[in-house]
Amino acid sequence: MAVSVTNYTVLSAMLFTIGIIGVLTRRNAIIVFMSIELMLNAGNLAFIAFSRAFGSVDGQIFVFFVLTVAAAEVAIGLALIVTIFRSKNTADIDDISTMRG
Amino acid sequence: MLQSYVPILILLVLATGFALISILLATFIGPRHPNTRKLSPYESGMTPIGPAMRRYPVRFYLVAVLFILFDIEIIFFFPWALIFRQLGFFGLVEIMVFILILLVGYAYVWKKGALDWE
Amino acid sequence: MNLPDYNFTALTPALILSLWAILILLVDLLFGERIQRWLSWLTVAGLLVTGASALSLWNVRAEGFSGMVVLDNFAIVVTVIAMIAGILAVLLSSDYLVDRDLFRPEYFALMLFSITGILLLASGRNLIMLFLGLELLSIPLYVLTGFARPDVQSEEAAMKYFLLGALASSFLVYGIALTYGATGSTDLLKIRDALQNVQVITSTLTLGGLILILVGFGFKVAAVPFHMWTPDVYQGAPTPITAYMSVGAKAGGFAALLRIMYVAFPQIASYWTGALVLLAIATLVVGNLLAIQQSSLKRLLAYSSIAHAGYILVGLAAGNNRGVAGALFYLLAYAFTNLGAFGIMIALSKKGEEADSIESYAGLSSRQPWLALAMTVFMLSLTGVPLTAGLVGKIFVFSAAAEAGLWTLLIVAVLTSVISAFYYLRLVVLMYMRDPINDFGTQVHLTPGVRTALALAVIGTVLLGIIPGNLIDFTNQTLAITTQTLVALVH
Repeated sequence: MAVSVTNYTVLSAMLFTIGIIGVLTRRNAIIVFMSIELMLNAGNLAFIAFSRAFGSVDGQIFVFFVLTVAAAEVAIGLALIVTIFRSKNTADIDDISTMRG
Repeated sequence: MLQSYVPILILLVLATGFALISILLATFIGPRHPNTRKLSPYESGMTPIGPAMRRYPVRFYLVAVLFILFDIEIIFFFPWALIFRQLGFFGLVEIMVFILILLVGYAYVWKKGALDWE
Repeated sequence: MNLPDYNFTALTPALILSLWAILILLVDLLFGERIQRWLSWLTVAGLLVTGASALSLWNVRAEGFSGMVVLDNFAIVVTVIAMIAGILAVLLSSDYLVDRDLFRPEYFALMLFSITGILLLASGRNLIMLFLGLELLSIPLYVLTGFARPDVQSEEAAMKYFLLGALASSFLVYGIALTYGATGSTDLLKIRDALQNVQVITSTLTLGGLILILVGFGFKVAAVPFHMWTPDVYQGAPTPITAYMSVGAKAGGFAALLRIMYVAFPQIASYWTGALVLLAIATLVVGNLLAIQQSSLKRLLAYSSIAHAGYILVGLAAGNNRGVAGALFYLLAYAFTNLGAFGIMIALSKKGEEADSIESYAGLSSRQPWLALAMTVFMLSLTGVPLTAGLVGKIFVFSAAAEAGLWTLLIVAVLTSVISAFYYLRLVVLMYMRDPINDFGTQVHLTPGVRTALALAVIGTVLLGIIPGNLIDFTNQTLAITTQTLVALVH
């Protein structure tokens, strides 16, 4: 049986949902960030599947850009986590949070 | 269609079988004389001096991130490489500009001392 | 094989600005500390050159890179707004940074890269460009928010901004993926063509994509219910960055949202105008009500910026030409006014003593009459009092809502502006009617940069309030710039 574009779309939607659940339930900044990356990659999967179904390369090019942007985000994000870990000795977002109002 | 996968299946069975048989044979007929030195993690290496899960210098992280950043930019060479003959001189100039911008980033990283280990 | 129709004219402002940012990095590498004093002026020069290059292309309407970017009058207006925000923020930054030992040349390069992101958002006509623009706007901003490290509040703010910003980007990426799946293209014009087909309109993918794109941009422009990060980030970030972010991120986000909705999705306008009306009502109510109870000026301005996002959303939700004109004019007015208000804060702050507590502004008029007067102008403009830019902006968006027949939204918007008068004017009352409680305001940091920025902000706020108020009949002509924008936009 051939794997259709619908299957890929459903799979990517599932990955995206898992990512959202991770963001909402996890408290460690690194794991929250990994969940966000999962959501980005769910988008990538959908792009590739659609791109193949349409026989156009637009979607694949978009994935290239998402990948590079994600790498830049990783660099910034990890740097921020490292600096905050140095001053607070934790990466738990509930412990980091002090500002209220 | 499926027949073309048969050689792969055979290879898979052979490889798994060979690994399994070697391990089983060694377990049953190999001699065993356990002592403390033999049971240490690295029998002929140095004795471990601490837990493996300790923190390591943030320098590693810096190098890794710089690697990822420059590495991922290479992705944009692939589409260009596929059709660089059709793009001709224009494509060459464009990719040179791209590399030049990356080089500015590299010079910046270098001059700022992010590559110095000490 | 034919080469793509690259046309660098369409990218001129963005190219100049990004090259200028690289230039600043190189200047820092080559000359180091010797030229530090000149860096902020070099940055301002870059912004001026970029703005001039954009204005020189007025009415040219250049299209390039297979329609990926289009430099029309709409893009130029947004570019000008970005330049104003950038110039004022840079002028306010230099001495603030030196005073707090934060001066690093990267600051200015990052700022220029971030502004380049706004330019791409303004002129992108392909979802790829808009995504890249949004990221180019946001990623430097994450760093700049955390620039005051090892100050823990700044680090915390950067972390929150980063996590929620990255979350918003992932929503946007998925939304674009679904839109691509529904229509087969990321080009806004092709999306519009694909949406002529009834099957595409009713597809779940289209609706899901539209909603996720709205959510992604909703985060960036701080619309309720996607506003949670705003107060904390505004409070923790260095004040000049807060000032820039409050205008720059909004300008970029709204420009992209406008173009996507008006160019790609006019066929399903009934879907998104409904969603935008709900967003606008929630944003107006929550922003204005929460602003009342703030005791920190930075947090008050944060909630006020949420509220102003609501007024701009009123313009978008109207879905007509005057709505677009109104949103643009509102952003322009807001750029001068809000940066001015933050500028007063910076002038009154010094290291370790940020002028953040609202109570401490009591009796400022007796110590610093000019600063108090300028602050009054900004507060009146934020409220929307006659003869200020704020009122003209409000009339614009309100009349657009009336034209579209959105009466509920209009009533909410008018009522909330009345509420907003309470907290803006409270500050004015404090400054003029009370006695000073401590030595606040005896020392000020009126360096040339800050002076210039404040003067520009006051002049901008008052001029925009007077000129259109007298010269232009709102109902017919609107602003000359904006009508042309619309003609360009619809094509």
